[in-house]
Amino acid sequence: MSEFLQQLLNGLSLGAIYALIALGYTMVYGVLRFINFAHCDVFMIGAFIGYFAGQHLPQGTLWAGVLILLIAMVGCAIIGMVIERLAYRPLRGAPTLNVLITAIGVSLFLEYSGQLFLGATPRNFPEIFPSVNFQVGTLVISSNQLLVIGTAVVLMLGLQLIVFRTRIGTAMRAVSLNPNAARLVGVNNDVVISFTFGLGSALAAAGGILYATNYPSIDPLMGVMPGLKAFVAAILGGIGNIPGAALGGLLLGTVETFVGGSQYSTYKDAIAFGILIVILLFRPAGLLGKLMVEKV
Amino acid sequence: MIRIAAALFFAGTALFAVPWTRAADKSDPIKVGVYASRTGSEAVWGQSYERGVVLAAEQINAAGGVLGRPLQLIVEDNRSKTGESATSVRKLISRDKVVAVLGEVSSGRSLEAATVCKQLRVPMISNGTNPKVTETGDYIFRVAYIDPFQGTVMAQFAREHLFANRVALLTDTTNAYAVGLARFFKEKFMTDGGVVAIEQHYTSSERDFKAQLTAIRAAGVDGLFIPGYFTEVGLIILQARSLGLEAPILGGDGWSSPQLVPQGGTALRNTYYCDNFSLETDLPVSRHFIERFRQRYGEDPDSIAPLAYDAVTILADAIARAGATKPEKIRNALAETKDFPAVTGNVTIDSQRNPQKAAFVVGFKDGRYRLVKTVQP
Repeated sequence: MSEFLQQLLNGLSLGAIYALIALGYTMVYGVLRFINFAHCDVFMIGAFIGYFAGQHLPQGTLWAGVLILLIAMVGCAIIGMVIERLAYRPLRGAPTLNVLITAIGVSLFLEYSGQLFLGATPRNFPEIFPSVNFQVGTLVISSNQLLVIGTAVVLMLGLQLIVFRTRIGTAMRAVSLNPNAARLVGVNNDVVISFTFGLGSALAAAGGILYATNYPSIDPLMGVMPGLKAFVAAILGGIGNIPGAALGGLLLGTVETFVGGSQYSTYKDAIAFGILIVILLFRPAGLLGKLMVEKV
Repeated sequence: MIRIAAALFFAGTALFAVPWTRAADKSDPIKVGVYASRTGSEAVWGQSYERGVVLAAEQINAAGGVLGRPLQLIVEDNRSKTGESATSVRKLISRDKVVAVLGEVSSGRSLEAATVCKQLRVPMISNGTNPKVTETGDYIFRVAYIDPFQGTVMAQFAREHLFANRVALLTDTTNAYAVGLARFFKEKFMTDGGVVAIEQHYTSSERDFKAQLTAIRAAGVDGLFIPGYFTEVGLIILQARSLGLEAPILGGDGWSSPQLVPQGGTALRNTYYCDNFSLETDLPVSRHFIERFRQRYGEDPDSIAPLAYDAVTILADAIARAGATKPEKIRNALAETKDFPAVTGNVTIDSQRNPQKAAFVVGFKDGRYRLVKTVQP
């Protein structure tokens, strides 16, 4: 029983990070109908911003940790908006496939510029948050795991508020429903799209910091695997659907952890992805794809 | 037509690829190829390897070179990537006409290059510990001990020193070295009456090992063997300790890296691994090497640089004994290496082209790994 609870906790904290990244994929898909493959590299940049900021701030204090998290989120939001402005906006109106290939290009550009400027050698990520372990019976709860889950929940609630309670959120939903109609009623689509990229990238940065806090070894290609998993999580939950991305991420992280802890750990990814295929066979639009018509 | 031309071209390069030097010209340097992971995930290994070979070549050249000719090292970077080593070595042999090839720390990448060296009949000296490396062919040698020995040493250490009865294995399935070492450890541990309670696996791109470690914790073990590379081992140990898994953790020479201690910190308590070299050695030749290394680079050597250093000195010794730089003659002389006073211990090359030498078991204490036990072959 305690092993089950421990694995559940491991799975949820891993899944929460997938969920944070998946939100970015799903939001951009919602407004632009394409997959921003460079998103997982923004996640990597977030971790690196945290790494460099962490060297100038005292380690292991809550306020410094939160400050680093905010710096990385703001930094990545700006980078996300710049990427959109330089790489994707000139292609507005072009076939989706062109934008998709550009996204792959941007992704490779970021990964290999990272290798060039930061070096491919993994670096040790500083302990930016204070860390303690709580013991409940044989169940060990690390503060980092709670931090990941807690931060993810707070950010997702915040996102939900922005999307459903603010003017810009309403505009995002309008663009998502019908870009032309949105423009007719006076929505500035460029501003909305730019904002969406910024928001998604800020979440990716938070994901990057939380990931690096839990797995303190970072390198320029660190985003590739989590990015792939998060992308699948977004599809699983129903691409374009915000609660779906969160659900997909948590589900994928949990399934992966349970398979990883079984005797079939070698087939961890294969089995986790196999389960996803089965789910998609029965619900082609993803878990929440059909239930929620409103997309962002 | 193009196809025929290409076929002729390749046949041509294969013929001329065998570096066959003219009657030794006094001033001509002897070219030695080195391939190493200078960049990429195992960059610390490649960089350390390069330091070792450079130091050895500088000293040999300062003392008048080999056969009166200086050694010239040509170093290629394989970026720690699969598939690059074969290309690097092919280039070294066919373009630079090297007489021998040195590298690599990783068994997987050594295996890639070994096939090329065997085919082009150029002797290669590897650091890799997987037995398959030298089994590739009779042109492939190594300076490190092999995994059956290393696995045996650690299994015995776990039984006799740590009194472990039930151990868990956590193996990187994408790493030839790790898979081999896990097998040899398991065989010896079970022959000695121990139980392998659980075997878990991971792949080298993973960062989350909590799932496997939680299962291992539930299995109730008094030892954990992780035959992987330092790139993951640090993270694994951190996560194991944070899950409350306090059992001793053991590993092989893949742990050896200056990055492990900064990453693992105090979580490394009660961990041991098998190394090729120890700073606490009392062999005069090793003490001498440590001093020269400190003078040249201003820091202590890890265990990669001494092996790299040995590869060069063993090669130079073989060339001197062969009296020629023909790869075939170097190969024959290498095979006859006997009681060579290398800095990682006396080296005698056996019929399988492996050295017989001691292993050093080190344990983490007061912020660094210290010698616990020296095991003779």
